[in-house]
Amino acid sequence: MKKILAVWITKFLIFAGKLAGKKGSSTPGAVALKICPDILKWLSGQVKGSIVAVCGTNGKTTTNNLLYSILKSQGKKVVCNNVGANMLEGVATTFISNTNFFGKLDADYACIEIDEVSTVKVFDHMVPNFMIITNLFRDQLDRYGEIDITIDFLKRAISKTGDITLILNADDPLVTAFGRETGKKCVYFGVGEDVGASLNETKEGRFCRFCGSELAYQFYHYSQLGNYGCIKCGFSRPAADFEALNVDLSDGLSFTVNNQEISVDYRGFYNIYNILAAYSAASLIGASLENVHKVLGEYKPQIGRMETFTIHGKPVILNLSKNPAGFNQTISTIASDSRKKDILVVINDNAQDGRDVSWLWDVDFERLGAVNASSFTASGIRFHDVLVRFKYAQLDNFSSEADVKAAILKCLEGDGEVLYVLVNYTVLFSTQKILKSLEGNK
Amino acid sequence: MKLTIGHLYPELLNLYGDRGNIITLQKRAQWRNIEVEIKEFKLSDKINFADLDIVFLGGGSDKEQLLVSKKLSKIKSSLSGYVADDGVIMAVCGGFQILGHYYKQKGELIDGLGILDIFTESENNRLIGNVIIKTELFSRPIVGFENHGGRTYLGSCPPLGKVICGYGNNGKDGMEGAIYKNVIGTYLHGPLLPKNPHLCDYILQKALERKYPGATLSPLDDAIEIAANEYIVNRFA
Repeated sequence: MKKILAVWITKFLIFAGKLAGKKGSSTPGAVALKICPDILKWLSGQVKGSIVAVCGTNGKTTTNNLLYSILKSQGKKVVCNNVGANMLEGVATTFISNTNFFGKLDADYACIEIDEVSTVKVFDHMVPNFMIITNLFRDQLDRYGEIDITIDFLKRAISKTGDITLILNADDPLVTAFGRETGKKCVYFGVGEDVGASLNETKEGRFCRFCGSELAYQFYHYSQLGNYGCIKCGFSRPAADFEALNVDLSDGLSFTVNNQEISVDYRGFYNIYNILAAYSAASLIGASLENVHKVLGEYKPQIGRMETFTIHGKPVILNLSKNPAGFNQTISTIASDSRKKDILVVINDNAQDGRDVSWLWDVDFERLGAVNASSFTASGIRFHDVLVRFKYAQLDNFSSEADVKAAILKCLEGDGEVLYVLVNYTVLFSTQKILKSLEGNK
Repeated sequence: MKLTIGHLYPELLNLYGDRGNIITLQKRAQWRNIEVEIKEFKLSDKINFADLDIVFLGGGSDKEQLLVSKKLSKIKSSLSGYVADDGVIMAVCGGFQILGHYYKQKGELIDGLGILDIFTESENNRLIGNVIIKTELFSRPIVGFENHGGRTYLGSCPPLGKVICGYGNNGKDGMEGAIYKNVIGTYLHGPLLPKNPHLCDYILQKALERKYPGATLSPLDDAIEIAANEYIVNRFA
């Protein structure tokens, strides 16, 4: 009875939240867990097929949504936290919103992205059959501490599961170490050839996790991702079960995986990993891959993932760029766009962003000097810090405007053919709202 | 004129945008027509400190800092000689801890360089947040961000400054960092130098004087850096 009560109250709270215009919320789930601590265990136990957990610093939301789209296209019923409410409470909200009024869940699969630090808690309630780890980069150091702490959380979570299969990024030595360290069954995905995208970035995990020697690389893709090996102890990139080859980044993305051609019109080298991870998971849980090419091609990126608007006839591209690895990938993507552009960088320092903005100095802003930009504008709570970063990167024609809307309007007046708006997390939704409303007022 | 900056072990000690400190030292020297050479050293490299005008040590994760600590005995005497000869060192976070006598972590005693009369003991909860300190060197405060599990205690060594906002060395005595001869150690990153141009210039000046007696730094327009510094002071002090 407690369960039904929890379901009703939660559904009411979700409904009330929607009326108030909230996207994905953790409050209803928190209330449900208070009324009935077993609610998530009970509901996740009702999923007929596999549960896939998606973890990793970057690419969780896109990977999860790609997997969801593949499964949906086959008429499957799937529980998915699409908008990224990825802590315990948000996961509970997601499950409850998929039940009927008697708390009955009719689902073939669940694909759930989970914040790395929350995995330990979530796995007490929901034990996944598969777990994707996309990559591990430094992110929100003030919240997570060091990257080793995040790795420990994931290991503790994995040790709580029984017969799980890990789906790991073969190119990331921090991720593949989980194979040896947990003893679980592992399947790997990766990019098997040098695509010439490497940068001189601050790299994480350049030392062997097992013996401490410096890893040798045949090639880098970005950050610490690449083809590595430890000369001393033999730890090396495992052979990928799902390997991207024949990669072409000149127009959108195209590559082959296990002899199947994939071609999509969205950009960003990192999206190859997102696609590979979703593809691997879909394949492993037994979904048909026949139409996967079409589904991936039709996929519309989520809010703020290279999302395009047209305002006063000018294309405006909004992209979430919230840590050095992600931001550097954004810069690479911008550099591949030859059009003249204006660039707006909006950085907040709220709790969800990380209070510490020192990561801006691990981003290669220097490279923005060679992307055919006509102006740079800093905005957001920490616009001062962005401005200092612009100055020391010796960019031309930079200025600031604290108010995001005013900054966008000012940038639209620039001589660029396109405006890039790069934002971190807590300013994403509000900026999207501004861009949508400006797009509406033609 | 030319300054050579030795960046020690950036592959291991690079946690909180430390690269920003090097960029800031480099640009602020270059903008005054002082040539700058940056030498990055790996753990296995031999370092000739006589070739260096500024030594920078950044912060690393506990694991990476441990890798560094194991190799420190190799440079202990030559670095002490460099300090005795008024060599300039800027050390942040893990780099600051390394300069002390020891770092006690989970019962294990890890030897330091013994250059600063300080020692560090780790505690479970980390001290994290924005920091503002007042020093005797400048009228303008120094601002930054701290994130450390170690608690550092000063012996005979004076602090770099007194905490106005934040935790500082240990969250107890109100002290932040340490200063001895031309060695400055601090927990402040953010990174430290971009928003504290006065401190950056102090370091450059000390290095310049040592190499070119009587040389001085010409002033720069620091309006942007000062605005960023004042923003933190106004918001958190």
